[in-house]
Amino acid sequence: MKIMVAVKRVVDAYVAIRIKNDGSGVELANTKMAMNPFCEIAVEEAVRLKEAGLAESIHVVSVGDDACCETLRQALALGADCATLVETSEPLQPLAVAKCLKALVEREKPDLVILGKQSIDGDNNQTGQMLAGLLGWAQGTFVSKLTLTDGQAIVVREVDGGLETLQLTLPAVITTDLRLNEPRYAALPNIMKAKQKPLTKVPIVELKVESDARQTLMQISAPEPRSKGQRVNSVAELVAKLHNEAKVI
Amino acid sequence: MSILIIAEHNNKQLNPVTSSLISAAQTISQEIEALVVGHQCQSVAEGLASLAGIKKVWLVDQSACKYPLAETIAPIVESIADKYTHIVAPATTFGKNFMPRLAALLDVAQISDITQIESDDTFVRPIYAGNALAKVQSKDTKKIITLRPTAFPPVTETQTPATVEALNIISENTLSQFVGLEKSESVRPELTSAKVVISGGRGLQSADNFHLLERIADQLNAAIGASRAAVDAGFVPNDYQVGQTGKIVAPELYIAVGISGAIQHLAGMKDSKVIVAINKDEDAPIFEVADYGLVADLFEALPALEKAIDELKTS
Ligand SMILES: Cc1cc2nc3c(=O)[nH]c(=O)nc-3n(C[C@H](O)[C@H](O)[C@H](O)COP(=O)(O)OP(=O)(O)OC[C@H]3O[C@@H](n4cnc5c(N)ncnc54)[C@H](O)[C@@H]3O)c2cc1C
Ligand SMILES: Nc1ncnc2c1ncn2[C@@H]1O[C@H](COP(=O)(O)O)[C@@H](O)[C@H]1O
Repeated sequence: MKIMVAVKRVVDAYVAIRIKNDGSGVELANTKMAMNPFCEIAVEEAVRLKEAGLAESIHVVSVGDDACCETLRQALALGADCATLVETSEPLQPLAVAKCLKALVEREKPDLVILGKQSIDGDNNQTGQMLAGLLGWAQGTFVSKLTLTDGQAIVVREVDGGLETLQLTLPAVITTDLRLNEPRYAALPNIMKAKQKPLTKVPIVELKVESDARQTLMQISAPEPRSKGQRVNSVAELVAKLHNEAKVI
Repeated sequence: MSILIIAEHNNKQLNPVTSSLISAAQTISQEIEALVVGHQCQSVAEGLASLAGIKKVWLVDQSACKYPLAETIAPIVESIADKYTHIVAPATTFGKNFMPRLAALLDVAQISDITQIESDDTFVRPIYAGNALAKVQSKDTKKIITLRPTAFPPVTETQTPATVEALNIISENTLSQFVGLEKSESVRPELTSAKVVISGGRGLQSADNFHLLERIADQLNAAIGASRAAVDAGFVPNDYQVGQTGKIVAPELYIAVGISGAIQHLAGMKDSKVIVAINKDEDAPIFEVADYGLVADLFEALPALEKAIDELKTS
């Protein structure tokens, strides 16, 4: 089977972001960028399926500007076979990204598409579900265990009430949760080899998708800081304050 | 303007998050209808019909709808979407799962996890793990919204029940099938609606040590939460995770024990009214959001806390 994996380039999870003074956005210049952590898990899962002999090829795709090539090369170093960058200078919203991915799916005809459940910059949690809807495919979101059997995917999903198991008919779209696997690091020889693997750039116009922004970002602001708290010196003092001052116990 | 809210329930009980959708919707329009999709869930629909503000409840009740699969529920909502300007669901795993699929079927963008409503087309939502707030204006004629329940007060007043009308929509989902649900049973209040939450992190060191939290949770009628590190280590089940990618809570009192306070954790609890942190590292970032910080070894502090609360309750 063929697997497609969508990866997004985002501000590194451990970087404290800076909001631009004019409230127009988050400062990205000179900010450490990385592959979205959920996408790393998506790549890892695909590589494991290939290593287990369940998949023949892994195609990674990203929608964004040229800098995303770095993220794609990283995925190639981790074990993907080929990469496509859908080139756009404007960051796209999830519906438009899903439309780009749909166009690539129709070209490449994968049996399984794996995405992260959420990008940690926009915290949208939309693209995978939208892609599944556009394609009319089954979806398995927030997946912490994936098993492929003939023509079916059995997924365990992390839901609010516990763990839910579903059986999906392939082709299907999967979105990853944190506990699906623990991503590996790329070994140096593989980083070198990745430079030789094919990376194709497709200008977004070529896909003929409607990618207009449906939302206007009016302003980005910092949340109200919490008022400064106090240190207590003992459990007795803590309980007394919670009782008499905060009145919560 | 007419708003459709999608009820979350388990066929027996309405999830209280649904009532937060009503209060949020009321800030936009009084024309609020609700949809209940499930199996043998008439009583859920009737309960919802008597919550103040609901004008009508639509009910799709059939065995194929027993579990809220996205492939089942999205087309059902799509088929009645025409007459509504806004369709709203909770930003829980229920809503997050099917709403974007619905949005795609309608060719509409979704506005995720909103915490404020500025007007009928402008909303505020946290991004970057809550480190920034984005005010966005939607240009779509139909607004597909998931809403953070803890950011809107639940409606508790009742009314003379609105009509419940059955809809005869046959679901044709051949794509996915429900196999099973491994529920983490708990006698404690539900994490996202509990008034008190006590959470443990990697500092707890083992699943066994979570018992130290359980006793205090019993005393305070609290729910138990956890950091990702505690869940990853297998101390507690996945649905205990509080944070950017877990559950969002905003109780009256949140007690963080042996949790360092990574931004991803803070994203899930920093809107709590009162925050207590117990950590042996005085530089732990959790202290920056704590109203009351106690630098202590948790293995000494927790038994002492249990004793002190006991004394308080009996005095
Ligand atoms: C994409 C992504 C998503 C994430 N989502 C989430 C999320 O939703 N929720 C979440 O929580 N995290 C999330 N994380 C992980 C987060 O970055 C942190 O790694 C995690 O929150 C750390 O958990 P912790 O505080 O329990 O562990 P640690 O950071 O290891 O902290 C343990 C703390 O316990 C204290 N301690 C140890 N022993 C004792 C003792 N005896 N007495 C008192 N204190 C003690 C230590 O001083 C330390 O501060 C996410 C990370 C990523 C990359
Ligand atoms: N610009 C993009 N390029 C490639 N994949 C993306 C892009 N945006 C989102 N995705 C995928 O969709 C997932 C969920 O993103 P989101 O819906 O933005 O939270 C990500 O983890 C990626 O797998």
